[in-house]
Amino acid sequence: MLYRTAGQYKTSYASDQAVFPVRQDAILLGIILLLAWVIFPLTASEFTFQTLLIPILIYSLAALGLNVLTGYAGQLSLGTAAFMGVGAYACYKMVTLMPWLNPLVAILLSGAFSAGIGVAFGIPSLRIKGFYLAIATLAAQFFLVWLFEKWGWLYNYNSSGAIQVPNLTMFGVYVAGPQASTIVQYYVVLVVVSLLTWVTINLTRGTLGRTWKATRDMDFAAELIGINLMRSKLTAFAISSYIVGVAGALFVFMWRGAAEPNLFDIPLSFRILFIAIIGGLGSIMGNYLGAILIVGLPVMLNTVPEALGIHIDSATVEHLNIMIVGSLIIFFLIIEPHGLARLWALIREKLVIWPFPH
Amino acid sequence: MTDQAEGYTTADGRKIGGVVMEMKNITLRFGGVVAIHNISFDIREGEIRAIIGPNGAGKSSMLNVISGFYTPSEGEVWYKGAKRPPMKPYEVARQGVARTFQNIALFEGMSVLDNVMTGRLTHMKAGILPQMIWKGRAEAEETENRIIAERVIDFLEIQHIRKTPVARLPYGLKKRVELARALAAEPTILLLDEPMAGMNVEEKEDMCRFILDVNDEFGTTIALIEHDMGVVMDLSDRVVVMDYGKKIGDGSPDEVRNNQDVIDAYLGVQH
Repeated sequence: MLYRTAGQYKTSYASDQAVFPVRQDAILLGIILLLAWVIFPLTASEFTFQTLLIPILIYSLAALGLNVLTGYAGQLSLGTAAFMGVGAYACYKMVTLMPWLNPLVAILLSGAFSAGIGVAFGIPSLRIKGFYLAIATLAAQFFLVWLFEKWGWLYNYNSSGAIQVPNLTMFGVYVAGPQASTIVQYYVVLVVVSLLTWVTINLTRGTLGRTWKATRDMDFAAELIGINLMRSKLTAFAISSYIVGVAGALFVFMWRGAAEPNLFDIPLSFRILFIAIIGGLGSIMGNYLGAILIVGLPVMLNTVPEALGIHIDSATVEHLNIMIVGSLIIFFLIIEPHGLARLWALIREKLVIWPFPH
Repeated sequence: MTDQAEGYTTADGRKIGGVVMEMKNITLRFGGVVAIHNISFDIREGEIRAIIGPNGAGKSSMLNVISGFYTPSEGEVWYKGAKRPPMKPYEVARQGVARTFQNIALFEGMSVLDNVMTGRLTHMKAGILPQMIWKGRAEAEETENRIIAERVIDFLEIQHIRKTPVARLPYGLKKRVELARALAAEPTILLLDEPMAGMNVEEKEDMCRFILDVNDEFGTTIALIEHDMGVVMDLSDRVVVMDYGKKIGDGSPDEVRNNQDVIDAYLGVQH
């Protein structure tokens, strides 16, 4: 009833090609945006910002980047965390070398560095596919983390070997560093995430998106209908790594405040891959659903039993979290390989015709 | 019947133009295996040209040479009056050669409409920036090409499934969607690799009608491989017959039907 599409006629191709051809979807998005832009900032506590809102947005962005590469272009990658690291270190170098640089600009520029490195490590994809490519990207993962550790210039020869986010101002307001307030950081993250999501939606529904999907689904047929596979794969690596790099810069500058090289080690790559898989490969919304689940689950396990008066110690929560996430991944791989986004699509299909079965 | 310079008129009165593509002494080797041995033939503008032959005769290899998937070991491919340098398959496609596949090679994760739209990719030139913001050229192109894609969808009578994911379609419809994808590119030459394989009589008749209509409506030059002799003889204007990588016959269906070598190849010969 709520989702009935009857009566919504399309009279032009442009309206049929709109992002939300169904009015209810647009309304739903409006509600989500209202929540994210107005309601949450007004109501959320410091704790909610730090443990839920900001990390969910950043992880979604990283998963979105990975999804461009793996979900849309079909190139498996295990090097996501390393590319996030490239973004973070690039951003750090930029703001320390050029303190006058607007931090938002620095964050958006830092993606360009990871895009370049991403393309370089994407070159093997021209010859190898699937698991073998995954191993090649794993090389990027190990090599780059090693580089973050060994190349002192990257962390300005700190004795700690870690990068510390300095205080950064934008239009007279602290946006990063110890002085920055959480709500400002939340808005910076939200602006970047919204912008990149919008761009990615446009890219994936247009020419480039079709090129990627064709490459993913049947590469030789793609080539025989006129797609330059090299360009298709390398643009996917570039754009994916750009988004991942920006996510990495946000990760350190807007959330963690500091980073050691091993922060960008393989567990983070896996975490983002899990978000993308559980959320749904080849979907935009799935990244958000996946991030909400992966980030929200431990918080929920920590707080809900406590609120109900059941005491579970934190070590157990950690174990429970790993067990639940693990079984969810197995569940999704078997039952619904297209993830939460696909589940939502099925529910939506039912809602459109509800209360009738067909 | 065949006038080399001028082209010819078919039995049903269609005018066939000059040579669009010419294969000159093509030889294709895979190591010690000679898949194609010194074959020459031409494809003329507006005709339906069939390549037939028993299993393993090298027909598909020949089609792959035409579409640039294989580079011939020897010989030249001439296209629109110029020798074609060795090029990648996607470059050949951009020159106006589209094809379908023996085993359907659709993009299973996409809808029928998106599949047909991929056929338009060679015509879409918008840069990455307009695409990012979905404005200007990117937006205009999307609609312009949608109109052409819809015309093809209309023509092949698959409107009702345009938003259906390809993976859900039955075999016969998939074949039709594949034809739609190739046609959407508005090719100069359309290559069909066994368009009728695995179809029942009704689907075959439909497909024949579509092939004839495509040739008639858009004037597309068609080169096809097919096993069903009845279909080939009915459809095509000229036929190349291959056997063991060699050309054993070339001409109108009637000429080929009465060619002793062809009869021997198909029916066997007494030793």
